[in-house]
Amino acid sequence: MRLSAGLRRFVGGWTILVLLFLYIPLVFVVLNSFNSSRTFAFPPSGLTLSWWKAAAHNSAAWHALGATAIVGVCAASLALVLGTCAAFALQRYPVWGKQPISLLITMPITLPGIVTGIAMNTTFHSVLGWNLTLFTVIIAHTTFCIVVVFNNVQARLRRTGTNLQEASSDLGATAFQTFRWVTFPQLRGALLAGGLLAFALSFDEIVVTEFTAGSTRTLPLWIFDNLFRPNQAPVINVVAAVLTVIAVVPVWIAQRYGDDEA
Amino acid sequence: MTALVPTENLRAGRRPSRRRPAPLGYLLLLPPLAWLFIAYLGSMAVLLVSAFWSVDSFTGQVVRVTTTGNFGAVLHDPLFRTVTLRTVGVALGVTVIDALLAVPLALFMAKVAGPRMRIALMVAVTTPLWASYLVKAYAWRGLLAPNGPLDWITGGHSIGYGLPATVITLSYLWLPYMILPVYAAFARVPSSMWEASADLGATSGTTLRRIAAPLAFPGIAAGSIFTFSLSLGDYIAVQIVGGKSQLLGNVIYGQLVTANDQPLAAALSFVPLVVVLLYLFALRATGTLEQEAR
Repeated sequence: MRLSAGLRRFVGGWTILVLLFLYIPLVFVVLNSFNSSRTFAFPPSGLTLSWWKAAAHNSAAWHALGATAIVGVCAASLALVLGTCAAFALQRYPVWGKQPISLLITMPITLPGIVTGIAMNTTFHSVLGWNLTLFTVIIAHTTFCIVVVFNNVQARLRRTGTNLQEASSDLGATAFQTFRWVTFPQLRGALLAGGLLAFALSFDEIVVTEFTAGSTRTLPLWIFDNLFRPNQAPVINVVAAVLTVIAVVPVWIAQRYGDDEA
Repeated sequence: MTALVPTENLRAGRRPSRRRPAPLGYLLLLPPLAWLFIAYLGSMAVLLVSAFWSVDSFTGQVVRVTTTGNFGAVLHDPLFRTVTLRTVGVALGVTVIDALLAVPLALFMAKVAGPRMRIALMVAVTTPLWASYLVKAYAWRGLLAPNGPLDWITGGHSIGYGLPATVITLSYLWLPYMILPVYAAFARVPSSMWEASADLGATSGTTLRRIAAPLAFPGIAAGSIFTFSLSLGDYIAVQIVGGKSQLLGNVIYGQLVTANDQPLAAALSFVPLVVVLLYLFALRATGTLEQEAR
């Protein structure tokens, strides 16, 4: 490489600064959950574990976590089925309209969430007269989760080709056997990464959720409700710290099993 | 020889068509397309139709009679115009800041770092994407709080909550979405191009301006789709760190929830939609998106 020494030093130094910018807020969140000051003044006057104990017994937070997990698992499962179907159809069959279909799948995540949120709120609540519950949240989340499964599975299908499937059927396997023993193992990593991404997307979503959840609370909605209440700050700080630390888990799994191109 | 599969078919990687019948493809497409047409496009159609309804000022009930009054209010109300301009300004500011932060880092990742360092940086850049949106915005609320760390470091001169805090927080939230495509754009450039420029006598500055900048631009354009469109619809971060500032999303939310005027909220929500679409068309017109897709 022929970048001059000065330029290399500059971009290297810049990289360090940007990494600090990315990580200082996250470190601060974790640190603050141990801050013994009730007003969370900085620098901390002392460290304590008592907020963590209090948070562990906060039933509303656990309840919201449960609701979020239900939505995440249901939305990710539905998105896995729908996204995989779409990826197979576009990647393996001569169907018409591949470009507009890809665009339609991508739209829910490209256009502002508030638009999707109001659209679904109006449809579910005002027009269909439904009560807004976890059920409506699952419908909304599935809609924008399809694209991440679709992208992952499509990338994997593009890479693997069809030779093994054809060898399998030439050797006398039934369609089901080929799927069970050849296609599925090839796709497993992409399905895992796609499903995980879909779950994470759903787990964190707040805008569309706020418009489709009615009075039910997912974890992001619960956090947002309590964000401005000073007496809830200790519990919020602990929940924030936990969410920050567990963010490492999906990165590790995706790194191990995922597709780089996805 | 005639019994064999024609060789041009094999060479092109084509298979006998009996293996991939189109009808089965359409059958596979049926569930996802049905879902997207009913749940998504159906809702969007309802949104469009409802934007032409109105609210009875006496009963507060939605009246389903077609009127263009809401769009008139959206276009002519000076409040909506001010907020729209402010929101577009914030979205552009966030995009510029993210581009400035991302370009040198992406250059380092693509052209200076070794393979192991590159993977480590990739993980370091993507990990914050998995941390919760709310937690990250909340982190900035804590950092900028009165008596918070920034107040402590600056001796009480932290910028505090407001529009600048919102721009910083949004830049923080979307930065990885800018870094990844800019890195990809730099990584695609063969090193020989840099070397050729240097061999021909260009200084580093000239190489950056004449070679690197045009090459980075498609990546910045791709990243800006995220930074711009995500900022445009955001109304959560501004509530957390924005003090009393209002962006388009807050106004739309206020019309729907506080003022209980669903039709006006629907009409207003077409503003970010149209701005994002205009932005996409503008990028497409410059040809950068096609370059990115290659």
